Amino acid sequence: MSDKTILLDHGSGGLASQELIGELFLKHLTSPILKGLEDSAVLDNRPGKLVFTTDSYVVDPLFFPGGDIGKLAVHGTINDLAMRGGEPVCLSLALILEEGMSLEELERIIISVAEASESSAVPIVTGDTKVVPRGKGDKVFINTSGIGLVDESISLSSRNGRPGDVVILSGTMGDHGITIMTRRAGIALDGDLRSDTAALHRLVAAILAAYPQDVRTFRDPTRGGVASTLNEIAAASGLTISLEEELLPIRAEVRAACEILGLEPLYLANEGKCLAVVDPASAAEILHLMKQTEAGRDAVVIGRLEEGKAGRVLINTPIGGSRVVTPLHGEPLPRIC
Amino acid sequence: MKHIDEYRDSRLVKPLVAELQQSLTRPVRLMEVCGTHTMAIFRSGVRSILPEGMEIVSGPGCPVCVTSASHMDAFISMAEVSGVRVAIFGDLFRVPGSNGSLANAAARGAKVDVVYSPMDALDAARNNPDDLVVFLGVGFETTTPGIAATILAAHKTGIENFCVFSTQKVIPGPLETLMQDPELNINALLCPGHVSAIIGAGAYQPFADQGLACVVAGFEPADLINGLILLARQVGSGEAKVENIYPRVVSWDGNRRAQAMVDEIFEPVDMEWRGLGMLAKSGLAIRETYAKFDAEKRLDIPIPHVPEPKGCLCGQILKGQTTPPHCPIFGTRCTPANPVGPCMVSSEGTCAAYHKYGQDV
Amino acid sequence: MCLAVPMKVEQIEGDPDDFTQDQIAVVNMDGVSRQVRLDVVDRWPEVGDYVIVHAGFAIHSMVEEEAKRNIELIREMASHMPEEILIHGGNS
Repeated sequence: MSDKTILLDHGSGGLASQELIGELFLKHLTSPILKGLEDSAVLDNRPGKLVFTTDSYVVDPLFFPGGDIGKLAVHGTINDLAMRGGEPVCLSLALILEEGMSLEELERIIISVAEASESSAVPIVTGDTKVVPRGKGDKVFINTSGIGLVDESISLSSRNGRPGDVVILSGTMGDHGITIMTRRAGIALDGDLRSDTAALHRLVAAILAAYPQDVRTFRDPTRGGVASTLNEIAAASGLTISLEEELLPIRAEVRAACEILGLEPLYLANEGKCLAVVDPASAAEILHLMKQTEAGRDAVVIGRLEEGKAGRVLINTPIGGSRVVTPLHGEPLPRIC
Repeated sequence: MKHIDEYRDSRLVKPLVAELQQSLTRPVRLMEVCGTHTMAIFRSGVRSILPEGMEIVSGPGCPVCVTSASHMDAFISMAEVSGVRVAIFGDLFRVPGSNGSLANAAARGAKVDVVYSPMDALDAARNNPDDLVVFLGVGFETTTPGIAATILAAHKTGIENFCVFSTQKVIPGPLETLMQDPELNINALLCPGHVSAIIGAGAYQPFADQGLACVVAGFEPADLINGLILLARQVGSGEAKVENIYPRVVSWDGNRRAQAMVDEIFEPVDMEWRGLGMLAKSGLAIRETYAKFDAEKRLDIPIPHVPEPKGCLCGQILKGQTTPPHCPIFGTRCTPANPVGPCMVSSEGTCAAYHKYGQDV
Repeated sequence: MCLAVPMKVEQIEGDPDDFTQDQIAVVNMDGVSRQVRLDVVDRWPEVGDYVIVHAGFAIHSMVEEEAKRNIELIREMASHMPEEILIHGGNS
């Protein structure tokens, strides 16, 4: 490839496409199934229920402290599989590239995808690349779909919540959302703010291996933050969720950045955290086990499910009062008033 | 966070809550005139522990809420002029005019940049020399000095492609007008913390002279509850004075340097406030000396006269004459996702706060 | 109507009496920092002082004595000492 940027030809299916695949993608993505370059990947049969998910990634900027679009695309889809108790088997990778995108940036992204895939031990077995004319895209959009397997006996769902269930959050909140926000021109802040993008399948596997029947659901609070996800769980289970504000785990830098910009950590995206709704009888042990995992080392209990107005999320404030935590209506924006 | 965490400490705040109960000996109907106070009162849970006999009414302290529909439409028209890039505080992004918001205009191709500071808008002008950057100015006395300083900086550095559409407003005069409404019936005023940093606690003496208990308070739970305690005690003892329980930020005279900066760039004008109509000398316009930074003069966009949206009770809500649950469209036709009036859109608007935090609280 | 936060001054550029230069401070809160303007601050701060920051401008330099007085006033209120408060709580 002598060009330094993506051309329309790279998406045409001809020699230019093959060069791109061979010299860039296959240089870093090592799955033997992928290298076969067939129209589809044929997978071996394995026991269990099939779990299937898809997600697209359009984050801007492409690279940010703690990660990049490539890592997000791998971790995010692995996590969606894991949240239903699925052991991830493989991923697909589809790219829509904008004509003119730098090949160097594309290669950096693919290297990151490969690293995330290898360290998670989840291969990319099939892929696709298209190119749109300059101005019709935004450098790169990525879609990853994933297939996983879940044991027949496991049946996780947001509808499973019961009064008395304990809500655990696997670590600090708002890290990803505030990092992306503060990379934007006009609202930039300096400091140790970094995305928490991480794969959660090992954490989930560890918990389910030890307590297969004690987890009602796992959910990863991405867009909309912990507030939105808890609202969904409360609604699905027909219960109220009650949180303790003083227990919410927030890094000091994230808290400070939110104070300055007028944002609330409860509504900011997380890309390496999960909520677990669990049986109160084993909550303490599950918490302890979660804290032994890499991804769950900062896990804490943040609240409980209760009888009450269905779909309501309440937070008890340090003054002894309370307020309702409603779901997000749109993208969080900094405010001055 | 120093100078914040101490005022959130529950060991300090819980006894204050008990003290508030003790201090309330006569009914208090107080108005707060600061949207950040509205938010803080709900968010901290103070609303949920307010003693029986103490009522809080939200006045017109949310600058986005009191931006007239006419101004909103003019903002949107400006954003749609070819070659213009508008820069805004995030608060303004979803406020509806008569035909959609700046968010809708951005979706149609208008260049709308959310900034944290008006100085970031000046940077946008430097970085986009082919665009005319228009900073949409909203805010009260806390925000105006910074906007004034930005215009002065643009003037000194000779930046040509930057201007401000000023809908800046001032608080004391309109408050005076509000106090004269016979239906208002409040006996206490929770004075804004950061506006007071600029204008000084002394600005409220005329209201104390008229028999209104006045307390300047900050925004953390301990500040708020302490403020309410002092108001309850003033009302209980029948005295009316100005007390300042935010001395770490507010002085009697305020910030003279900031006041002088505002006076250099702006002059008082009559301005329309949503729900209150045209109020004399309630707004600020850019002085003739700095006319080249005045967006209205640069772009000659007419300000349409737009009547208030039908059914919307924002005007009465701002005057404290009714509360959101009494509005016929609250929570039904008017929700945060589909707001009719700015009181619902603004993150600190009375209706948004009620919708987010106040249901059944 | 005004979100403003106390931040610690780490660096100062410019001179209070020299309007040909930018008047800027770098301020920090718990490891997060930003440049803010000093054009409208009431008292020129020193490194180590706290300033109240609103929309990228310092609007007030905090005075250590006033900060101490504020927290003490509130602590007294919380410990049921009404006489003390009536003495301190007048026009100020």
